[in-house]
Amino acid sequence: MEMCADPSTLEGFNWWICYLTTGKQQMFYASFGTVLALLALTAPVVLVLGFAGAMARRSRFLPLNWLGAIYTNAVRGIPDIIFFLFVPIAMDQGIEYLRHKIKCPDVTEPIRQGNDFVVCAAAKMPLGTSPQWVHEVYGFTLALVAFAIVFGAFAANTLYGAMKAVPRAQLETAEAYGMTPRQVFWRIEVPQMWVYALPGLSNLWMILIKATPLLFLLGVEDIVYWAKELGGAKTSRFDYPHPDWRVYYFGVLLIFYLLMTWGSEKVFTRISRRLSHGQATLGGAADAQVTA
Amino acid sequence: MKKLVIAAAFAAFAAGAASAETVRMGTEGAYPPYNFINDNGEVDGFERELGDRLCEIAELDCTWVTNDWDSIIPNLVSGNYDTIIAGMSITDERDQVIDFTQEYFPPDPSVYVALAGAGDDVMNGVVAAQTATIQASYVASSGATVVEYATFDDTIAAVRSGEADAVLADRAALADVVAESGGELVFVGDDIAIGGGVGIGVRESDTELKARLNAAIDQMKADGSLSALIAKWFDGKVVNY
Repeated sequence: MEMCADPSTLEGFNWWICYLTTGKQQMFYASFGTVLALLALTAPVVLVLGFAGAMARRSRFLPLNWLGAIYTNAVRGIPDIIFFLFVPIAMDQGIEYLRHKIKCPDVTEPIRQGNDFVVCAAAKMPLGTSPQWVHEVYGFTLALVAFAIVFGAFAANTLYGAMKAVPRAQLETAEAYGMTPRQVFWRIEVPQMWVYALPGLSNLWMILIKATPLLFLLGVEDIVYWAKELGGAKTSRFDYPHPDWRVYYFGVLLIFYLLMTWGSEKVFTRISRRLSHGQATLGGAADAQVTA
Repeated sequence: MKKLVIAAAFAAFAAGAASAETVRMGTEGAYPPYNFINDNGEVDGFERELGDRLCEIAELDCTWVTNDWDSIIPNLVSGNYDTIIAGMSITDERDQVIDFTQEYFPPDPSVYVALAGAGDDVMNGVVAAQTATIQASYVASSGATVVEYATFDDTIAAVRSGEADAVLADRAALADVVAESGGELVFVGDDIAIGGGVGIGVRESDTELKARLNAAIDQMKADGSLSALIAKWFDGKVVNY
């Protein structure tokens, strides 16, 4: 804005208008989008991984069964923070190692030289010449994968329990009608299990929302990063000097997270009412009485 | 027409990329006046201006990235960026892990800062320092209790809130804070000479980049532009380069 050209002359209301629209503030606002994008992209991946994990655990094919059990138990047992630090580094180095082997087969020098992890320039991921946004998207994707693996394990356990909670009588009736095991699974068990899975999944969603500040730990410039950066005391080296305002910035984050959980709670209540409609559960029975 | 413009843009981009190597400059972005994020959200400060100039001389195509101080060396080593230009003093301990160019900023004394009227005794009390700095190891060996914080800003906030009795940091960084605290914060005791000059950190395997940066620093020292840059950012500080 034109009036913001010389911030040192600004006062009162105009100062605030200009301060709240600086490039840095706008990055703070945009970072809320980063968090929402993480949630929106992680949730479906978590469900898919969870579903696959649950099916693996039910599998009668032993190696697959073991794989499911190892995934759900190992990942749930390891502290999140260790996993979040380990997965992105391991994946990054793993990808670069493979690319190095494929793209630069002639390089004979070892990849690990003392402390350095050296791959040829063509194997860098992303390439050193890529613009900064590519690096950011790559970092974000690594974080997303780490989130999905961790939360997928919890989802797998929830869905596995929910599948087992579907009344046996329902499945037997389906078998009596001559359905194959596959048909019983997809037509009777899966549609009915969601209502049992929902409390667990809503819990998981809340924990996922709360876990998003871990992005900061992974070097993604999320809302926590910008709140800390903007809130810190600024000397007159900056255009808009101010004392330590971190408490206000973190207050904004607090409100944001409270609104997120409050909104989610509302949505889950609606989904739950819809899913229990006509089901042989307490919720469904109560619903049936009201409509009758 | 549109396609033509895009094709031309690509061609220009490809030509630009071919003529100069891309070097990713890693900095902390939280240590004014050395480096900080300005109100436009860009890296700014003495090292930004210096780095851009060095890249111009060495004919490198530079982009800037920020990284937490705590993990700035590991991330250089694993190749997330190619240089550390973040007010990092050259020390033997760091030199074992990475390499440094020649210094571009002379050794800067460290000094204690405390709340006004706290007395000289604060040096032996609880002293705040930034994690993994030469000041943090100095305080630890001085016998005082050291409390480490992730950023320079956090160490100052700790003194203001009374969590720590004093902070030990570079005089150049503290000068701004003390001058603008309105008498709330004061220097305590004498300057302490710890650490060597400030150099650019590079991977030990990156000898060519190191040589090119060294040559560029040589040139800036010879023509006086480095001294002028230091005077500009550090209140007229005079150096003998």
